Amino acid sequence: MIDVINLEKHFGDNKVLRGINITIDKGDIVVVIGPSGSGKSTFLRCLNCMEDPTGGQIIFNGVDIADMKVDINVHRRHMGMVFQHFNLFNNKTVIQNIMLAPVYLACQDLRRLKRKNAWIRLTNLFKGGKAKKELLPIKTDKAAIKAAARENALSLLKKIGLEDKADVYPSTLSGGQKQRVAIIRSLAMNPDVILFDEPTSALDPEMVGEVLDLMKALAGEGMTMIIVTHEMGFAKEVANKVIFMDEGTILESAPPAEFFGAPKHPRLKEFLSKVLV
Amino acid sequence: MGNFPQKVDRFIESFIAQNGYVRVLEGLKNTLFIAVLGLIIGILIGTLIAAVRVIPKYKTLPRVLNGFCSFYVGLFRGTPIVVQLLVFYYVMLPLMGIRMTGVAVSVLVFGLNSGAYISEIMRSGILSVDLGQMEAGRAVGLSFGTTMMKIVIPQAVKNILPTLGNEFIALIKETSVVSFVGAADLYVAFNYMGSNTYEFMVPYLVMAVIYILLVLIISLGIKLMERSLRKSDRRH
Repeated sequence: MIDVINLEKHFGDNKVLRGINITIDKGDIVVVIGPSGSGKSTFLRCLNCMEDPTGGQIIFNGVDIADMKVDINVHRRHMGMVFQHFNLFNNKTVIQNIMLAPVYLACQDLRRLKRKNAWIRLTNLFKGGKAKKELLPIKTDKAAIKAAARENALSLLKKIGLEDKADVYPSTLSGGQKQRVAIIRSLAMNPDVILFDEPTSALDPEMVGEVLDLMKALAGEGMTMIIVTHEMGFAKEVANKVIFMDEGTILESAPPAEFFGAPKHPRLKEFLSKVLV
Repeated sequence: MGNFPQKVDRFIESFIAQNGYVRVLEGLKNTLFIAVLGLIIGILIGTLIAAVRVIPKYKTLPRVLNGFCSFYVGLFRGTPIVVQLLVFYYVMLPLMGIRMTGVAVSVLVFGLNSGAYISEIMRSGILSVDLGQMEAGRAVGLSFGTTMMKIVIPQAVKNILPTLGNEFIALIKETSVVSFVGAADLYVAFNYMGSNTYEFMVPYLVMAVIYILLVLIISLGIKLMERSLRKSDRRH
């Protein structure tokens, strides 16, 4: 589903990514680990062009989204992202946070469709009986879009057990609750893949569990996920591919059993010996 | 000060019996009209400029727009408001062959002028909103402009409301120079009453009191507005 070919990123003279190659298939759960400064977060942020790559290609569903000419907003709809600091919209209630993008973007598509139809109607005035074009079908309206998004949002909230928090502002939620809302906010777009940028690093140890449980549930449902994390236990248990990055390159990529059981690269051995005491 | 009561009597007579209050009300209306409309125009222009100035500048168009906005802000912050009024009324409009009343020109100039100041206020407001808010909006597929309008600017406005209130108060007080282009504001009304009776002391005193009352009422309004905008915060 995602083909990363020779991805490079540098900030000025500082080369952060030096040619990353990886293929991610549908249903894959890829965990990226590595020391800080190794470029793993930058790699993740390049995948949805939050940072514009300076070289290489990212083929997502057949389109090279690293190309600056591509309308990245269209592709980001299919690529959720979860941040270390949650980044819930502070001026919106929980349910508004979840509904905002689906409703806005669906209404935007609806407006575009209506505009196209208006144009067809106008040009039809100057055409003969047979040359007239058919109008594009419009199946929905604003109220229906809103109702559907609301229903979806409520069922997602129910799934994480926060349906009673639907109408509160994010500032009243705990860290773990915020992160779970952030995860279902990206789920509400029905993405093909979700990128997790250290989703548990800013949480109390007590709250890490609830977020990881939700992520495990998602993995169980077959969601494609790419996760940058320091949670080795989670990587061992859930991932089907673990990647070790250092100094902007992938040093090792293997299934978790092999990755943790029989690491090959000396840098990875050193890293694991320090982390897994 | 011995004849102060007589001066007050004189003022009351000219205020009520000689229809001075009609002029004062007219002046008050013009003052508020210029300040409020100027502020609205200023907020629109200021928000637009601030948004342009925070667009990432990889491409040519944002760079050109940014240059233009810097020029605009520099121009309007670099000249006194009286000079701008005079230049618009006596230079620009005749050159373009447009006829406008003094009040209309004042609204235009005060709008353009406060737009330059508000753009900087608004920019600091936008920069005060965590970058993560913009990233989160972009990550779900909203465009830069949509995220700005729906997420960042509402939060920015909340942060800058006290400063914006300051700007409105300054604007109200600055309108006292619009008589330069023949607009009849509060100052004109009281000045007229003073010249009629050859007594300026009481009219100008009353004028000062009216300005203070205006500002107090506005500060109260801002306070109430701030409170309602702070709903999503824990700081009540």
